[in-house]
Amino acid sequence: MTLDKVTQGQTATIVRINGDGAIHQRLLDMGITKGTEVYIERYAPLKDPIHITVKGYSLALRIAEAKMIEVTA
Amino acid sequence: MKTIAIAGNPNSGKSCIFNNLTGSRQRVGNYAGVTVEFTEGTCQINDEKVKIIDLPGTYSLTAYSQEEVVSRDFIVKEKPDALMIVVDASNLERNLYFTIQLIELGVPVVIALNMVDVAEKKGFTIDTVLLSKLLGVEVVPTVAFKKEGMEELKRACLKVTKSRITPKDLTYSHELEGSLEPIIEELEKHPEFTKEYPTDWVAVKLFEEDKEVLEKLAAYENKAAIETSIELGKKFLKKHSDESPKTAVAEARYAIANGINKEVTKRNELGQRILTGKIDSFVCHRFLGWAILVGVIYALFWLSFQISGEWNWIPPIIGDEWVSPMGFVELIFENIATWASEASWMGDTMKSLFVDGIIGGVGGVLGFAPLIFFIFLFISALEDSGYIARIAFILDRVLRVFGLQGKSILALIVSGGVAGGCAVPGIMATRTLREEKDRLVTIMVAPMMNCGAKMPVYAMLIAAFFAKHEAGMMVLLMVLSWGFALISALILRKFVIKGEQTPFVMELPIYHVPTIRGVLHHTWGRTWSYIKKAGTLLLAISIVMWALMTYPKTEVDPTLDENAASQVELRNTVAGKIGTTIEPVTQIAGFDWRDNIALIGGLAAKEVVVGTLGVAYSMGDVDPEESETLATRVQEEWSKPDADGKNRGPLKAFAMIIFVMLYAPCVATLAVIKKETGSWKWTLFSTGYSTALGFVVAVLIYQIGAFLI
Ligand SMILES: Nc1nc2c(ncn2[C@@H]2O[C@H](COP(=O)(O)OP(=O)(O)O)[C@@H](O)[C@H]2O)c(=O)[nH]1
Repeated sequence: MTLDKVTQGQTATIVRINGDGAIHQRLLDMGITKGTEVYIERYAPLKDPIHITVKGYSLALRIAEAKMIEVTA
Repeated sequence: MKTIAIAGNPNSGKSCIFNNLTGSRQRVGNYAGVTVEFTEGTCQINDEKVKIIDLPGTYSLTAYSQEEVVSRDFIVKEKPDALMIVVDASNLERNLYFTIQLIELGVPVVIALNMVDVAEKKGFTIDTVLLSKLLGVEVVPTVAFKKEGMEELKRACLKVTKSRITPKDLTYSHELEGSLEPIIEELEKHPEFTKEYPTDWVAVKLFEEDKEVLEKLAAYENKAAIETSIELGKKFLKKHSDESPKTAVAEARYAIANGINKEVTKRNELGQRILTGKIDSFVCHRFLGWAILVGVIYALFWLSFQISGEWNWIPPIIGDEWVSPMGFVELIFENIATWASEASWMGDTMKSLFVDGIIGGVGGVLGFAPLIFFIFLFISALEDSGYIARIAFILDRVLRVFGLQGKSILALIVSGGVAGGCAVPGIMATRTLREEKDRLVTIMVAPMMNCGAKMPVYAMLIAAFFAKHEAGMMVLLMVLSWGFALISALILRKFVIKGEQTPFVMELPIYHVPTIRGVLHHTWGRTWSYIKKAGTLLLAISIVMWALMTYPKTEVDPTLDENAASQVELRNTVAGKIGTTIEPVTQIAGFDWRDNIALIGGLAAKEVVVGTLGVAYSMGDVDPEESETLATRVQEEWSKPDADGKNRGPLKAFAMIIFVMLYAPCVATLAVIKKETGSWKWTLFSTGYSTALGFVVAVLIYQIGAFLI
């Protein structure tokens, strides 16, 4: 499952990040690493981007980026 | 003089600490060759004066962004005597991840553990002594906005610059250490390759395939052996883990950060869900969010306009009435103009230069300074509060369609997306965009919005031709300017500023009450740079424009009345000649030589179009605020039927309105574009393409319209 499939208010655990290059690096730098728990705070009013909590802080990312992140519930 | 560099994540309170340490002893500069800006200041510690460099706020030190490259190059090449890392205590793990990368660079480090008050509110305390021991660096707890811990911070910095003790070597996970081993071993045989950087750091960077370091390797003559060792390292990793090297390195760093975080942080159960979460559930709400957004932006404009132009709160220092700040600036220039025109020692030419050229040009631009100041004041406050990130969050989906992103919206609105803005603060507001391409596109299209200076031109032409549909026209013009700006953005993104969309991974910082000092500091810096431009570049351009519209002088038939005489004089000036020369081309859009001169004059500031049209239609110089008589005259003149008996007046007026909306930005805006892009190429491009677009659209309106009627 990828992160964009997780509904608001759910928690998921990161398995891996697909893709490469700058986006991959950026996600890693922001703390999206294997085994980290993410909590889906909310979707933006137009359903994209997503507001998540990771490592105790808030992060916004687009659905396109969320699709690169594999998680388990 | 000793040098201390400050690094830290965005939103960690870095600027706040920098301002506390340096006060007003600051200057802004650019790194050689790149548009990344840095601020430099000095600070007195005991009886030593120390130079302080504020590095750009970043989350990492990869080669993917200019800021990150600039930061690491500065630290390694300039070798500051100490590196201060501002760490957000309420967000320790991610901040430690960055800290670890800085520590890898092997310079003496002091940690300012900031926002300890926020951490406490969130319900945890941090053992600073233990943190200091684990990393082998000085750690000073601070609350920057209350200036708590600043003296201790200064002392710690001084201590470190003297002892120059570097932090402990960090030990990564077993897999990573094993992978790096062969690379480090090989690198030690190549001191000439690693001479600038610490060997361990080069090994990590080679392993994680850092673009810049790999390029350096490619240019190195004995690269073969090093390349082999990298392959060995990668093989080792493959045996022990299925991660890519890049992921392995990031995870190893996070593993350290996570371990340290767990050890030093004590959670107590009292932790409250901090206010930010509650505010966000309103501000980012599906319906409420939009209402709040509109309300905040409306308030920003309403307040800026009231305070700078409507409310008379400046006491009668000059004259005998209370005035608004904009009124005050106007009054100053009026007084200077009166004084100049009465000064008998000035010749007529000098008077004209002074009153029409300098005061008309520079005065007009400076007249906007109070408005720019207040718009910027509120933007800075919104920025410091954390709301701008929410605006971006809400609107990103819409703007992405046009190749922009959420944060572009602010620049567009301030530039005139809500009628009456100004592109100068709008373009300055693009600084909150970290993504270079998105920022450039935003800068290129922002001047197409309906700024306040275009309003008098619209008002005059609407009064002349569309008086019955005034409100409808204003709405139409607003929709059109958004349309042109967004579609241009899309086109520019497709064909000119190409490349895939930059990832949008943005921190939503917790809300803060902005500090007055911080906000004023920001605002004044930017307003001052605007005023300085007005005093230098704009002064020069105003004089050139004046000369173009004054010379060469002609002898006029003395029987002509004054207004007719100035029309003849204007026609024979350089501007008049240019206007006449390009008439065959501009005729396609319906503009004759008189309109051309007015449009050339509008390059100085758009509202000048009205005054110049007045002279060109021999009405004398018309005050843009009171243009009814000019409107009548233009209406009569343009409504004369053409050879085919058609009245093309309204078409021409509409073509002119759209042209004024789109054509070259005024010189004040151009100056800001130059400053913000750091490039003449983009400044010229902005001028060229917007004029071309404006002309094409004007022609289409005039020609297709004429075909239809
Ligand atoms: N509560 C609290 N707020 C702080 C502290 N330090 C800075 N701030 C606020 O945090 C916001 C961001 O600070 P700023 O210096 O602009 O962050 P920068 O992005 O790192 O330069 C501002 O509104 C500051 O007033 C602190 O120690 N505690």
